[in-house]
Amino acid sequence: MKHIKTLNTKKLQNTVKKGGCGECQTSCQSACKTSCTVGNQTCENAR
Amino acid sequence: MVHQYKNNGYNIVLDVNSGAIHVVDDVTYDAIAMYEESDRDTIVKKLKDKYKECPPDAFGGKVDEAYICEALDEIEQLRQRQELFTQDVYEDYIGDFKRRPTVVKALCLHIAHDCNLKCRYCFADEGEYHGKRELMSFEVGKAALDFLIANSGSRKNLEVDFFGGEPTMNFQVVKDLVAYGREQEKIHDKKFRFTLTTNGVLLNDEIMEFANREMGNVVLSIDGRREIHDYMRPAKGGQGSYDTVVPKFQKFADSRNQNNYYVRGTFTHHNLDFSKDVLHLAKLGFKQISVEPVVARETDDYAIRETDLEQLFAEYDALAAEMVKRHGTDQDFNFFHFMIDLEGGPCVAKRLSGCGSGTEYLAVTPAGDLYPCHQFVGNEKFLMGNVFDGVVRTDISDEFKGCNVYAKEKCRECFAKFYCSGGCAANSYNFHGDIHNAYDIGCALQKKRVECAIMIKAALAENN
Repeated sequence: MKHIKTLNTKKLQNTVKKGGCGECQTSCQSACKTSCTVGNQTCENAR
Repeated sequence: MVHQYKNNGYNIVLDVNSGAIHVVDDVTYDAIAMYEESDRDTIVKKLKDKYKECPPDAFGGKVDEAYICEALDEIEQLRQRQELFTQDVYEDYIGDFKRRPTVVKALCLHIAHDCNLKCRYCFADEGEYHGKRELMSFEVGKAALDFLIANSGSRKNLEVDFFGGEPTMNFQVVKDLVAYGREQEKIHDKKFRFTLTTNGVLLNDEIMEFANREMGNVVLSIDGRREIHDYMRPAKGGQGSYDTVVPKFQKFADSRNQNNYYVRGTFTHHNLDFSKDVLHLAKLGFKQISVEPVVARETDDYAIRETDLEQLFAEYDALAAEMVKRHGTDQDFNFFHFMIDLEGGPCVAKRLSGCGSGTEYLAVTPAGDLYPCHQFVGNEKFLMGNVFDGVVRTDISDEFKGCNVYAKEKCRECFAKFYCSGGCAANSYNFHGDIHNAYDIGCALQKKRVECAIMIKAALAENN
């Protein structure tokens, strides 16, 4: 595309079928403890 | 839902429901803003008019009808590929997901309700959590690990954070619990991931070696510049703690190969120029940095106010631009709240279902009492049970279970909902008396951080 550059190829819709295994880290357990952040967490199945 | 913004020279378009992120030229940016409201002819006419004075080479070609139509065709392609103007189809899915039987997968163990610092902003009442000074016994800790294993279902990875107060004030129990956990994980086919949060005062070679062997992550509390740190984090006698902890933390971070740790600071109304603290930590050699806003009562002198937001936004922008400049150099560092995984990030269930407090994640006091998370400890209204008898107040866990972004009016229409998962329940409760609300200042800052994090990705994609 000439006018648009898309940064990511993974679509959230596609994670509905296979997601939700629950093996990922709890959000607060890493380095925040007060401001919930999940966008930066890793999917255990993608490791 | 589409969120558009400009940052550091980039025109960014976030298609909220697919998570697709697009960097676009000025004409396309304007066209996207009009796309759902106006027909094609109207958009062409308006944009031709807007850009008629532009020099022909400003956009790599004259902005004429052909140029605008080409941009519109690209927008339409993305829409058809469900990467733009995507509908929200997740509400029922998340409702079902949240109603499923949950397991406990993480515990925050309050190894010591005691502390050797007297931090002004301590939500834990200088370690005591509005109770008495108390250390967790091995028996209570052991019962907590047993409780976790028994309530974890088929989940393999279990997380345990040694927290406080200051957990190194009761380190023998930490060591004994790790040994017990390692023994139990073999029996039950589980894997414990231990973490430690410490202020560094008692840190020594023995603790570092132990942590490097056993702790998947360590969180090292330091606020940044000496004067900022010493003012907010004094020792009991009032003297600063910066000189005590900095050399230890530097040694600790190096001994972990600058990985699997965070130096974690808190900024307040007293250091709104917090980007200087982040850069100070980077200058000290730390590569994994997390500095975040204080949570305080409105009446506290150090509380962040709405009038501080403009300056804080500028600080985040400046920090993000600086990180782009440093990328790939030996001055590079990670900032926890700007990290965003665009390819291997969490699934939509994780993104929308909340932080897990009160259901998957519980806090355990030195006496073995269970609370929804560390932030609720000491508030008797949220006492859920104890590690010996399990969760007795299932009404509390049910309330937390029902807490997701669709249960929060403010989150429904927010572009950042897939990145913060509805925010911190404790913050919401502290400010609104209800876990189904949101802490507005925290939300404003979270949104800014998401925008900056995406801008960094856009800049790095361009540089690559």
